[in-house]
Amino acid sequence: MSDSAPIPQPVPGPEPQYATADQQAEAASFGMWVFLATEVLFFGGMLLAYTWLRTTYPEGVAEAGHHTKIVIGSVNTLVLLTSSLTMAWAVDAAKLGRRTVLTRLLIATALLGLLFLGLKGYEYHGEWTDHLVPGLNFHQDGPHTRTIELFYFLYFLLTGIHGIHITIGIGLIAVMAARARRGAFSAGYYTPVEVTGLYWHFVDIVWIFLYPLIYLVGRSGP
Amino acid sequence: MMSATVTGKPEEPIVATKNYLTEEGITLRSWLLTRDHKRIAILYTLSLTFFFFVGGAAATLIRLNLVTPSGIFTPDIYNRLFTLHGIVMVWFFLIPSIPNTMGNFLIPLMIGAKDLAFPRLNLLSWYLYVGAGLLALFAIVIGGVDTGWTFYTPFSSLYSNGYVVLALAAVFAVGFSSILTGLNFIVTTHRMRAPGMTWYRLPVFVWSNYATSIIMVLATPVLAITLLLVAVERLLRVGIFDPALGGDPLLFQHLFWFYSHPAVYIMILPGFGVISEIVPCFARKPLFGYKFVVWSSIAISVIGFFVWAHHMFVAGISLYAGLVFSLLSYVIAVPSAIKVFNWTATLHKGWISFDAPMLYALGFIGLFTIGGLTGLFVANLAFDVHVTDSYFVVAHFHYIMVGGMVSAYFGGLHYWWPKVTGRLYPEWWARIAALLIFFGFNLTFFPQFILGYLGMERRYYAYPPEFQAWNIFSSAGASVLAVGYALPFFYLGWSLFRGKRAGANPWAATGLEWQTPSPPPTHNFDRTPTVTRPPYQYRPEPEPQDV
Repeated sequence: MSDSAPIPQPVPGPEPQYATADQQAEAASFGMWVFLATEVLFFGGMLLAYTWLRTTYPEGVAEAGHHTKIVIGSVNTLVLLTSSLTMAWAVDAAKLGRRTVLTRLLIATALLGLLFLGLKGYEYHGEWTDHLVPGLNFHQDGPHTRTIELFYFLYFLLTGIHGIHITIGIGLIAVMAARARRGAFSAGYYTPVEVTGLYWHFVDIVWIFLYPLIYLVGRSGP
Repeated sequence: MMSATVTGKPEEPIVATKNYLTEEGITLRSWLLTRDHKRIAILYTLSLTFFFFVGGAAATLIRLNLVTPSGIFTPDIYNRLFTLHGIVMVWFFLIPSIPNTMGNFLIPLMIGAKDLAFPRLNLLSWYLYVGAGLLALFAIVIGGVDTGWTFYTPFSSLYSNGYVVLALAAVFAVGFSSILTGLNFIVTTHRMRAPGMTWYRLPVFVWSNYATSIIMVLATPVLAITLLLVAVERLLRVGIFDPALGGDPLLFQHLFWFYSHPAVYIMILPGFGVISEIVPCFARKPLFGYKFVVWSSIAISVIGFFVWAHHMFVAGISLYAGLVFSLLSYVIAVPSAIKVFNWTATLHKGWISFDAPMLYALGFIGLFTIGGLTGLFVANLAFDVHVTDSYFVVAHFHYIMVGGMVSAYFGGLHYWWPKVTGRLYPEWWARIAALLIFFGFNLTFFPQFILGYLGMERRYYAYPPEFQAWNIFSSAGASVLAVGYALPFFYLGWSLFRGKRAGANPWAATGLEWQTPSPPPTHNFDRTPTVTRPPYQYRPEPEPQDV
């Protein structure tokens, strides 16, 4: 199928509670923004616990930071940022009604998300062999053992919940890709892609906070 | 074209086959899979009533136990009872009460919309609520959770039995229900208003629910993550809050009250909205200082986030933190007082008729004022050290939550009952119930101020014999209150089948919701209304025309 010209697609009418399709699109993206506001506060509780830990036991947190796998963390940052780029392109492609490009970009985004999860899993495996998993096989020596354990507790909680968000995002994007392939979207109707994009960028932004907190801050000291 | 006219339209004949109750069919399936906000509101009302009576039964047993100084039940049973009462009443009645029932039913009607922005999300929210409620009941009754509704660590994370995790999961899930409802209301209020329905033409009820939704959306996620941290700490034995494991229980209290103090305003703000609808209607006067009432709601929802540590004055926070939070807690009394002054000014020289909704509203104003003024007492750092964890605090928050919120809930229930069901209730019985509730409430809770001031601790199953007289007063009041709360169950149920037809606008009220038939059709309005006037354009008018 040629991708050079936008393919005219029928625009589905709005759901019964809306007066116009525009109103429906605005409501959908506004709803996602409000949801993301709740997400900020959701991660906020854990970040507050992390801040508390870091200000109460700075030496222990610094030592814990040296145990993190900075190479994997950095590569993952790159992977996730790239996926945000492909997602942004996908939304543009949707607005232009380019079905094939849209499908491919969505698949690329989902694959990058899977790559992130794979690397994360490899990193978790490393932490397992280093005996850094609290509650399961944690075993460290030295004066800051408890702090390191708390650090890794929060690390697994934060990255774990972030990972769940990534997984949900991959699912959403896969559904969008399947729908795009069937031609469900057009230049006149692309709200679901746009809203999914908002979600994906948010998940990316959370990681942009987590990366320095987990991998960089502990290494800045001696 | 319809508009928010000063008086209701002349009565139209009721067409019994053409409203939201009948249009989609009356099968169980049509109810359980409905996306109509009005039907979902009915589902909420039924399930909330169930939880209200469960929580009320627990309260009755608590009061029964406290009739004698040595108690009737074992300490263990008593602990489970007040935990059941607290968890059910706070999480499964007070927080969802007005937003999920009246808010769900009325917000689209009041702004001239066909439905909420996300009807499927709305239904999901109800399923989360019911599932979570049943899970919580299971955990508390079968598992015997005894942490109190606050789940204070390290007790909840270390000592209490294993069903705590289930109870935490239930509260976590009902939190999501609350977030989804708040999200739906915010988007609906922003995007679904009818032509001409500007922000300053919104009824205060809509504004109140909007302010409530902001708190729901911003505070509940913090609660969710806090409960998750407790659950994970219990399961993996890693210390965040548990001092034995290197954690800090104060951190739990900070996180918990960062949600749970704003949650107090989730419980009371919608009540303000209901009262602001009832008072102008039965005083036949425009609401005095509309913009002040509106913006004081928003102010409460913002300042509510800055007062949480007044729950922790004796928990070990620094003196300076205590001073700051004491001062901030005084500040939040200002917007609440603004509202009371505005309602009073609305009543001034009004043409007041003492119908049942108005009796509840007047009761609300009195009881909320007592609750609010004693709130100033406990916001005072020095006084709070004296009464912390005593019955004074119990009485204070029951004056707000029960005297305030539950009165508003019953007031709203009576006020909009004709709109929801198309039937009128027996007015005499409704007035008797309102008076019984007011009398019973004061008899129950006023003695508790005295008990608390004299030093009776809360949450103990036994007490020194010199406190017995006041406790007997309180328990006697509880039985009057129980009769008062049970009465509407019967006469409202009776009115469903035998009540007089209400007509579209039995109170001659001005809101948009009264401009459509009672009960409303599935999509609320036959034609989208256009709004041309501000709300509450009441004129003195002794005879409601449709009755």
